[in-house]
Amino acid sequence: MHQENAITPANQRVLKNHTSIIQAVRDSLIMANRNLRKMRRTPEQFADVTIQPILFPVMFGYIFGGAISGNVKAYLPLLIPGILAMTVLTTSQVTGTQLREDMDKGVFNRFRSLPIARIAPLAGALIADTLRYAIAAVLTFAVGYVMGYHPQAGLGGVVAGIILTIGVAWCLSWIFAFIGTMARSSSSVQAIAFIFLFPLTFLSNSFVPVTTLPGWMQAFVKVNPISHLVSAVRQLANVGTIGHDFWYCLLGALIVVLVFAPLTVRAYMRKA
Amino acid sequence: MAADHKRAELAVNAHGLIKVFGDNRAVDGVDLHVPVGSIYGVLGPNGAGKTTTINILATLLRADGGSAQVFGHDVHTEAHIVRQLIGLTGQYASVDEALSATENLVIFGRLLGLSATAARKRSSDLLTEFGLTEAAKRPLSKFSGGMRRRLDLAASLIAQPPLIFLDEPTTGLDPRTRAQMWDTIRHLVASGSTVLLTTQYLDEADQLADRIAVIDHGKVVAEGTTGELKANIGTATLQLKLATKSTIAEASQITETILHTQPTNPNPTTLAAPMANPDKVTDLLVALRKANIHLREVSVQKPTLDEVFLTLTGKPTEKTDSEGKP
Repeated sequence: MHQENAITPANQRVLKNHTSIIQAVRDSLIMANRNLRKMRRTPEQFADVTIQPILFPVMFGYIFGGAISGNVKAYLPLLIPGILAMTVLTTSQVTGTQLREDMDKGVFNRFRSLPIARIAPLAGALIADTLRYAIAAVLTFAVGYVMGYHPQAGLGGVVAGIILTIGVAWCLSWIFAFIGTMARSSSSVQAIAFIFLFPLTFLSNSFVPVTTLPGWMQAFVKVNPISHLVSAVRQLANVGTIGHDFWYCLLGALIVVLVFAPLTVRAYMRKA
Repeated sequence: MAADHKRAELAVNAHGLIKVFGDNRAVDGVDLHVPVGSIYGVLGPNGAGKTTTINILATLLRADGGSAQVFGHDVHTEAHIVRQLIGLTGQYASVDEALSATENLVIFGRLLGLSATAARKRSSDLLTEFGLTEAAKRPLSKFSGGMRRRLDLAASLIAQPPLIFLDEPTTGLDPRTRAQMWDTIRHLVASGSTVLLTTQYLDEADQLADRIAVIDHGKVVAEGTTGELKANIGTATLQLKLATKSTIAEASQITETILHTQPTNPNPTTLAAPMANPDKVTDLLVALRKANIHLREVSVQKPTLDEVFLTLTGKPTEKTDSEGKP
């Protein structure tokens, strides 16, 4: 260690005006680590991912089970993948709300003044949130199991379904991250997000067979990406196969990231 | 080559910076030239555009007009390079409340490219240097304002940047903590950094800065060394409070004879006169004693920021928003 004059003058430093992909990944993982540490300090923010996966299968299962499938147990293979998609998507909306709150704090100014990949503070927050999706997904299946749901495809199919859902939710959370960077406050993020989430999750095949719906609604339900996610998870967990729904929702999710990740980073950079 | 060399001697070189928020011209044509290795003070009241200027220079905001270079690198087109050369300590603590001091510093260190081991080492070195070792594991919510500010500054120094922005580093600190902060800033410059600080306090700029820019309504209204500015701004005022009212006329005349300037009397027992030459004060006091005029109080008033502004802009510091209103 040098004593005084320890600071290297500006003109003797090696400097570059871009970040490599390796650095972007590294920075994002460090930021994700930061967010995980923060989550550990505030366990109350896991309330939504623990209560909803317990409450919803029980509630919807016993309310609709008899009417739709004759009995609760027969309804569960239809319902649990639907609840899974719904719960994890609602959770991904929380990502946007929390990002907004985080960005209002002074520490984000510091992140913006550091020579790190611009995407890192956002990607880090979104990566850390996959832990929340995982908790929600595992709990949903666990509650389903307790209620008597025994997926035909076994554990492998269930795990594949969970991984697919987490992946899609991560991609879709970029939409909410974008809303988060654009909105004025975290409560307006929530309001805007629900306008999208409500029709997307309910106007799908999550709870009922599509054939029971009126024709015009069927048309929307069939193109709704959530329907494809639910179908893909049902196929994975109940049959153990990968169908065209799987590829359809994966493609859709990738397009969302390719569109919304750059938009979000740009909006984030512009925000004072 | 010669031009390049000259340019490199400026840590900050800003020309005609403009930033408009709605119909508020927050920064309205600011020029700044900060020599390498100096402490440069940007002095002005709340809402003068100090923080906005710093945010532009620290690449957080994009200017609507003008240009700025940090060590010769453009803050917009070479933003990533500029970020490798600066440390920023904002007005509001830019550390993470939910994490401990060590966790904060380690994360910033890792983001700056240090290995996990190196980041931990640097963090503990900095915490020792800033007297925060004991509090290192405590949650930040238990930190005092001064401790937070020190941690914030420590976080800006992880990468040992050659240029450090300090936005109102001592606002809200008690006098002792303020003096510690001043020592730290002086130490930084001694170790080779350049410091650009903003302040609302003339006293602080006077104590620390080699050069000062006085900024008001987004414009630089005066610039120079502290000596030059003070000469511009005017001198301290000598105030004499007399023991009895009846002696005021005589005292006034004696003062005028010795200081060669007409004193004012703000109230019936008080005389006030600009103190251009402090040596003359002794003569004046002796003369008053000889004339058997008794004094209740002698005081010297330095020009305040208000007076500086009054002198430079012809209007007081408050009412910064009065122009926008009908």
